[in-house]
Amino acid sequence: MPDTLTDSPMSTAASTAEPVLRVRNLSVSFPGRRGVLKALDDISFDLAPGEILGMVGESGAGKSMTGLAVQRLLEPPGHISGGEVHLLGQRIDQLPEAQMERLRGKQIGAVFQDPLTSLNPLFTVGHQISETIRVHLGGSRRAAMDQARELLRRVGIPSPDDRVNHYPHQFSGGMRQRVVIALALAAQPRLIIADEPTTALDVSIQAQIMSLLRRLCDETGVAMLLVTHDMGVIAQTADRIAVMYAGRLIELAPVHEVLRQPRHPYTRGLIGAIPALRKRAPRLTQIDGSMPRLDSIPQGCAFNPRCPEAGPRCRAHRPELSATPAGKVACWLNDGGVA
Amino acid sequence: MKPALVVRDLSRVFDVSAPLLNRLIERKPRMLLRAVDGISFEVPQGGCLSLVGESGCGKSTVARLVTGLYRPTDGQIEFSLGDSGDRIHAHMIFQDPYASLNPRWRVRDIIAEPIRELGLRDGESATRARVDELLGIVGLSQRDAEKFPHEFSGGQRQRISIARALAGEPKFLVCDEPTSALDVSVQAQILNLMRSLQDEFGLTYLFISHDLSVVRHMSDRIAVMYLGRIVEEADTESLFDNPLHPYTRLLLQTIPDIEAPRPDVPPATGEVPSPLKPPPGCTFHPRCPEADDRCKREVPEVRDVGHGRRVACHRVAEMLKRNGMSALSA
Ligand SMILES: Nc1ncnc2c1ncn2[C@@H]1O[C@H](COP(=O)(O)OP(=O)(O)OP(=O)(O)O)[C@@H](O)[C@H]1O
Ligand SMILES: Nc1ncnc2c1ncn2[C@@H]1O[C@H](COP(=O)(O)OP(=O)(O)O)[C@@H](O)[C@H]1O
Ligand code: SF4
Ligand code: SF4
Ligand SMILES: [Mg+2]
Ligand SMILES: [Mg+2]
Repeated sequence: MPDTLTDSPMSTAASTAEPVLRVRNLSVSFPGRRGVLKALDDISFDLAPGEILGMVGESGAGKSMTGLAVQRLLEPPGHISGGEVHLLGQRIDQLPEAQMERLRGKQIGAVFQDPLTSLNPLFTVGHQISETIRVHLGGSRRAAMDQARELLRRVGIPSPDDRVNHYPHQFSGGMRQRVVIALALAAQPRLIIADEPTTALDVSIQAQIMSLLRRLCDETGVAMLLVTHDMGVIAQTADRIAVMYAGRLIELAPVHEVLRQPRHPYTRGLIGAIPALRKRAPRLTQIDGSMPRLDSIPQGCAFNPRCPEAGPRCRAHRPELSATPAGKVACWLNDGGVA
Repeated sequence: MKPALVVRDLSRVFDVSAPLLNRLIERKPRMLLRAVDGISFEVPQGGCLSLVGESGCGKSTVARLVTGLYRPTDGQIEFSLGDSGDRIHAHMIFQDPYASLNPRWRVRDIIAEPIRELGLRDGESATRARVDELLGIVGLSQRDAEKFPHEFSGGQRQRISIARALAGEPKFLVCDEPTSALDVSVQAQILNLMRSLQDEFGLTYLFISHDLSVVRHMSDRIAVMYLGRIVEEADTESLFDNPLHPYTRLLLQTIPDIEAPRPDVPPATGEVPSPLKPPPGCTFHPRCPEADDRCKREVPEVRDVGHGRRVACHRVAEMLKRNGMSALSA
């Protein structure tokens, strides 16, 4: 079977270029009545130009939180409690809010699960896209409207000349998500954060949107953090996978490596749990139990109560990310270790 | 095998018009939505038939018709007699395990309700014992009986719904997207549980999902729906190996496949049209790469094409030929 996606020239070029996004030891905390909850604990990763990093994990693992922290959109009292975020070489986790706001529209585009949260129902989509262009890039109204048409065409909206004059409710769900993508691209950002961009869409529409996002990253060199719970979407679109569990990054490697040889027992479980399309197995591999809540994260490796390979070391000490031939994994078994 | 359920020419039309007064003032016509439009299928006893299709194609409406939550506009729904001579009745498991459980009741009472209502056990202590047994069957503990639904995770809540559905001792379960709200690791637990319950208690399933990989794992036969109709029905293996209807082929081409990721997706796959204004002729024609003039005018009937399959497509003879299958002489 062809495996061209992850071997595209873009991704090899990408690995040598200066990263668009550099996240180092990022932690996010929520102070509460019963103590401080750590929603993200010591996360580090880079994102190269044109690269798509797919972030997976169970509900509550911290995927969305990572995207929100990078954009500095955390709901108070949630806040970045440690680490650094660098965008295009500039440290942004401590920037004053006014500066951050400018950066958000200009350098970082956002695509969320529900397209209506990003669109204003009272304005035509042409108006919304062209205003974004004017605010961030300047230029005349007319030139901005021309660019809006061009963007709509680019994201695959038929008859963009008419469509610029339509309101969000006049589009179907899939078309609306295309409009949101056009809007996210309007100021020519270097980074897109897409949080479950296709979860609300049907599979045939999802496939269109994902191949659109892939094409845009290849063509424009924009980098993308793709948050999803769907391993299939990531297999189809991303260059690398970041697997999250209970607020920690536990595996990070190129997509084909992870699918071929997942190193973390949790990643193995996640992949095994997906029903196969080719043959019907009598039973699916299941991971027993469920992910711990933030206020009751087990000591040692957070996965140890569910891990079929856990040993005494796992219950006492927490494994940090360590190198594998192609990436990183946080497990005591890595590199012939003992659990 | 004897069918547990036979459905014939089933339709359900919803009146989605504006209120009468507005219609008179604004001169708007009455608007009717054919959510289910003349479908027929059978579910063999002890088997699993799945309905798949994109959102809004009518899957949940079929589920609600079969379980009696909606009345049909037209057509018949007939359950056969079970081994005991009583008519088989269906219970339903819903997508959202939280919305379907009463938040103010303890788990014990939620599961006991059908037992009490149907008088399946004599007295409180027998009912208690049965609830404990059911909790064990779905992999929960007896202590969980005293808790409230909000104290459980999504997967555990779906186990509670299953225990409650089993409490009525049904032979037939209608499962409407039972794992769509769950993470894949938890989904695997629930699908494994449902398969083992089927073997243990000889249950029959009408299973509904938009996820083809889940459907493939669960079903013996699959019916693909599009805008209120069945466009193809076949046994699971044939459908996956040899999809005949162009819509089935589109669905199979677009599911993300972790075993063989394909970056290239057929570009012109279009969008599902509004069910309020379905296209004339074959409702799939605006998205169909095979459509010709006839498709724009004539509605294709669902036809038996041999090989144990039914297909609704004018050009099915060509599809059969292309797949190297003999056409059934009409
Ligand atoms: N306001 C808050 N106070 C305390 N904890 C919070 C708050 N908001 C979120 N969290 C916790 O932070 C953790 C990470 O949440 P996040 O939204 O990133 O999960 P996710 O991986 O995106 O999950 P999903 O797949 O459900 O979207 C969760 O355990 C969540 O309960
Ligand atoms: N109670 C109702 N009133 C009006 N329209 C309905 C009702 N229930 C469903 N519909 C419509 O019927 C069609 C089929 O819906 P549904 O059976 O829920 O689809 P699915 O489960 O396949 O997503 C949709 O267009 C939906 O909007
Ligand atoms: S560190 Fe131990 S418990 Fe954690 S994943 Fe590895 S083997 Fe399992
Ligand atoms: S009847 Fe025509 S439009 Fe409909 S599926 Fe067949 S070929 Fe396509
Ligand atoms: Mg999220
Ligand atoms: Mg439904």
